[in-house]
Amino acid sequence: MLDDFLIRAMLAGVGLSLATGPLGAFVVWRRMAYFGDATAHAAILGVALALGASLPIYLGILLVALAMALVVSTLARRGHAMDTTLGVLAHSALALGLVAVSFLHGVRVDLTAFLFGDILAVSRGDLAVIWGGALLVLVGLVWRWAPLLTATLNEDLATASGLSPKREQLVLTLALAVVVAMSIKVVGALLIAAMLIIPAAAARGLVRTPEAMAIGAVLIGMVASVGGLLASLQWDTPAGPSIVVAAAVLFGVSAVFAKSR
Amino acid sequence: MSLISAKGVSLNYGAASVLQDVDLTIEAGEIVTVIGPNGSGKSTLLRALLGAKDPAAGSITRKGGLRIGYVPQRLAFDANMPLTVRRFLSLPVRRRADEIASMLARVGVAGFEARQLMSLSGGQFQRVLLARALLGRPDVLMLDEPTQGLDQPGIAAFYQLLEEVRREMGCAVLLVSHDLHVVMSTSDRVICLNGHICCEGTPTVVSEAPEYRALFGVGTHGTMALYQHTHAGHCDHDHVDEEHDHAG
Repeated sequence: MLDDFLIRAMLAGVGLSLATGPLGAFVVWRRMAYFGDATAHAAILGVALALGASLPIYLGILLVALAMALVVSTLARRGHAMDTTLGVLAHSALALGLVAVSFLHGVRVDLTAFLFGDILAVSRGDLAVIWGGALLVLVGLVWRWAPLLTATLNEDLATASGLSPKREQLVLTLALAVVVAMSIKVVGALLIAAMLIIPAAAARGLVRTPEAMAIGAVLIGMVASVGGLLASLQWDTPAGPSIVVAAAVLFGVSAVFAKSR
Repeated sequence: MSLISAKGVSLNYGAASVLQDVDLTIEAGEIVTVIGPNGSGKSTLLRALLGAKDPAAGSITRKGGLRIGYVPQRLAFDANMPLTVRRFLSLPVRRRADEIASMLARVGVAGFEARQLMSLSGGQFQRVLLARALLGRPDVLMLDEPTQGLDQPGIAAFYQLLEEVRREMGCAVLLVSHDLHVVMSTSDRVICLNGHICCEGTPTVVSEAPEYRALFGVGTHGTMALYQHTHAGHCDHDHVDEEHDHAG
């Protein structure tokens, strides 16, 4: 069954949603949207680095995304004017990556695949990376769930309860880098942040607790992945963007439903 | 041993110094009120005492295993986080439903478990924050401007509740307030800050005096008292304006 490219693609989308659901909820709660963008856009630079140094692509992306996520979260803790700084970092990282890729002679790089994903070309090896990464992130977030929530509400409240907001921030930073690395094949660097934010935002109007919002985001992400893939097959549209469009449609439906209640 | 002891503590905010050379101890079971005008460093001091901010100089020692119940001034969390009162009270440590129910009843918001935190009024929210702090059986309660936004009867009721739970649970209370003249009457000590400790003393309970009645009415049930400052001139703050505020 795993020989079928469509089944593998669906499994990739479903696996990714396991991680993007709960992580996306934190991205929304902590207003880290641009943070996600900056980290995801750094992935292209990671691709260039990996190809240039003959490293596995996933490792290159993971390293660069991790470096970017650490820089951004350090700046955030120092209380810089974050919106502008993050905008500068996000766009420069992307541009720098594109420029760096053009310097690679003798390697033919299909940039489109890295920018928009190439989910229909997901191999069994990719599936192993995606599911391994997703389970790692999921286990990490479930393990730190209550401390993460407390630190998200109020850092001093977390400190008074004997927690370390810095450490919790680091958990999210690591999780974000892993998600960026594993989702490059599925939706591509440009749309990773969309898969974090849109399912979580779609779940928001339908729930009353943070846990329900995270689970709702997982389910909505899964439905969007499968639905988007089927739609892309039906209408011959690009798969990654179709998944994000499906998520956006679910967001619209949820917004209307939440309002009518 | 003191619960918390600060020795020669100086605190910076960015590059600017906000507090200098503060000596302060909190003993078990006492009520300490810290007052000072805006920008006097009270909230920064509170954050340093609970461990959220490192002093630029001096040392802060907390008793081993000290349990702190913190009541922040507000929670500025994103409206996209759905959060019921029940869930909030179980953060980060899960509490039993009956514990939650009896604590909510104790602080005067019985049956609020299923309410969204966002939908509460200022006074209700303050009580839910207090309930969460108390569920941890704290050795010391630290409250950052808990009465801001409450009217005078609201403040009186909150002080009364605070005094009751202090008596029942035996915890120390450290209360920060911007009100320079009217403090919780059961305060064992009042510390006035303005960049440093300006003066320290006990509140004058004048609830029987006719002037007090004229100023505060009779609805406060003796929960409020005046604090008489004994500053030298160098840390004088705008007392005249403050007095106008109270009379208004």
